[in-house]
This record gives sequence, structure tokens and C-alpha cells, in this order.
Amino acid sequence: MTWLGLQRYVLMLLWGMAFPLWAAVTVPNLDVGQGGHCVDDPRFMRSNHMKLLLHQRDQTMRQGIRGGKYSLAGCVDCHASKINHSVLGSNHNFCQGCHVYAAVKIDCFECHSSSPRQPAMGTAATTGQKGEVNAGPLSGNGNHFTGLTSREGSP
Amino acid sequence: MNLPPVDRRQFLTRGAAWTAAVTLAPGVLLYDMARARPAGEPASSAVRWGMLVDVSQCDSGCDACVQACNREQALGTPTRPTDPQWMRKVQLEQNATGRKVSLPMMCQHCAQPPCVDVCPTGASFKRADGIVLVDKHRCIGCRYCMMACPYKARSFVHAPVEDHSGATPRGQGTVESCTLCVHRVDQGEQPACVQACAKEGRQALLFGDLNDPQSEISQRMRALNAISLRPDLNLDPGVSYAGL
Repeated sequence: MTWLGLQRYVLMLLWGMAFPLWAAVTVPNLDVGQGGHCVDDPRFMRSNHMKLLLHQRDQTMRQGIRGGKYSLAGCVDCHASKINHSVLGSNHNFCQGCHVYAAVKIDCFECHSSSPRQPAMGTAATTGQKGEVNAGPLSGNGNHFTGLTSREGSP
Repeated sequence: MNLPPVDRRQFLTRGAAWTAAVTLAPGVLLYDMARARPAGEPASSAVRWGMLVDVSQCDSGCDACVQACNREQALGTPTRPTDPQWMRKVQLEQNATGRKVSLPMMCQHCAQPPCVDVCPTGASFKRADGIVLVDKHRCIGCRYCMMACPYKARSFVHAPVEDHSGATPRGQGTVESCTLCVHRVDQGEQPACVQACAKEGRQALLFGDLNDPQSEISQRMRALNAISLRPDLNLDPGVSYAGL
């Protein structure tokens, strides 16, 4: 490899590091609805909510164990948008927004309700303080997803 | 016979207690299940939930139970034969005597449910406390269970479900039937139909624990000589009928 070739290669590498491909992807700006304290660490929930929901779903359905911590209705109660009272509807709505971003089909709401059971119900309403999650180091501008963007250092 | 010595005062106290129990039992609704199972505890096979339909108390003009069921589960009012129907009123007439009776029909929550036997995916199942349910997460909509059920108790959801306000999640392409209002039972409450019947001032429906011989339902089943429908099939239904 000539000196010029190596120089060009190093330049390209540096360029690539400075402007990675994912920086161009628009990170969803999610409407967290009521928000507040999640039932677990938001970072953990972000990557594991599907496993937790699946596990509790089978326990509730088949064994009749009620009152578990990780309930889909609980997610909806806290995270339904205050504009359309749903976790679906637009790419800003909590469930739809993230699932569209991650290109994962969400079929929970073909059967389950995407609206809260009752207004101002759920864990965060009773135990949490509004907006406390957003004050943590993981989150920035007032939604769960901004935590992700700041951690991964998008421009 | 060697009985323990009982003084006069003790004898009278015990006698009074027994008299009170005997006079209370037939008339008054003594809920043996008015307590919710604690959160985190699974359904137990120590109880077996069942229902008694007293046909003599059921009026042919009344469908409060059906209405309550449709409301509770957000089924809407069925207009076509294919619309889901968890509970329906059936009118029977005996040809020889012309005697007419009216009764509600729904999932009979069999102890040996044929719908569970035939289900290829394990979606149809019987909970430990005897309630027969469809796990719609596993249901592929093949409808074998509908063919297997001798009571025609199950429905198939043909159209997308728009109204999700019901107590049970429902979706297109799955089979469903009476859940005995399992969401209420787990909270220690009565099924919606039973509550509606009582609200109408009737006592045609009674819900309770069949495993407990002292429960009100067991006592009334004995007193009224309740029978199950199609006993020849040996399915041991949890729902029984009196006064047929």
C-alpha cells in the first residue's frame, strides 16, 4: 500500500468514526404519557419487557396468579398518551413509536386494550412522583428514549 | 354409647347454634367465597367453581344474565348467527305435556372437557379450580373445540374486535366462551350473570365451590336434586340445572 493509499484509508476510517451510520437514524421522540417511576429500571425494561410480559402472561392466564408487577395493562395505564389516551396512534405514542423504530411488529393490541383501564391508575400514579425518571442520568429531555440517545452519544 | 358429659347450659347453647344454622341455610345467601385469593397465589384445586341454575326461578321473558354477560365482556348485541355468544337463553317445551321452561346455556365447565382433549395447541385448558378457558395466545382458530363441545358453548371471533373495553381480551381468529367471569372470581366476586340475576330479584343462578359439601351451592344442589345436562357423556359439568 502506498503512502497516499494508507492516508486515504485512515481518513476514511476517521470520517466513519466521526459520523457513524446510525447517527442519521431519527430516534423517536416518545410521548411517555403520565410516566413516573417504572416498575423496574427503564434500561432493563427497555431490553427485557417482552420476556417479563410473556412470563407473567402465562402465569396469569394459566395459573391464575394475579397482581404481578409486569402487567401489560400497567404499561398502558402509565404510558398512554394524554392526547389520544392510547399507546398507539402515531410514531410518538409510547409502544408504537419504539416498535416502529425497532421494526418489531406489535400484536398485543389486537386483543388487549391500548387505552388505560381508568384515568390516573397504575403503579406510577400511586407510588411514583411525576417526572422523576426523567431526572436520572439515563434520560435527558423528558422521555425514556432520550436516555438511549444520550448514552450512545448521538450528535 | 359413651358421650362426653355435657351440662345443661352447654347443651342448650349448642342446640341454639344448630337451630340457627339450620334455619339460616336455605333462605339466606351465605357466601363461602366472598374472599379474594391473595395476589401472587395460583388458583388451587382445593376449590372447584361451579354454578347451579334453578330453572323454576328463571323467567322466559328475562334475559338479564345474557345482557350482563354481553356488557361485561363487551360482546355487543349479537345480530348474526356467527356473532360471538357466551351465554344464551334457551326455551324448551315438552311435547307430551306442553310444559315450557326457559334456561340460560353457556360453557358447562366440564371436569372432563372434550374441548381440552381435542385442542391441538394446548390453548384450551382447565384451570386448577375447574374453570375451562381458552388461552388466546396459543389459539390458532382451528375450531376443533367448537365441534367437540356437545353444548355448543363456544364462539369464533370472525371480525376484528373494535371494542376492547370488555373484561377479557378478545381478538379475531380465536375461539372464546364463558370464562365464569374468572377476573371477578379471582377478586372474590360473583360472575356478572349471577349478580344480574340477583339484581332482578331472582335466585335462578347460584355460584360457589362444588368441592365443599357445606357450601350453599352444594346444599342447594342436593336439596333440589340438580342434574347435569347430557349426563350420559360423563363429562361431569360444573354447571348443573334444577327443576328441569
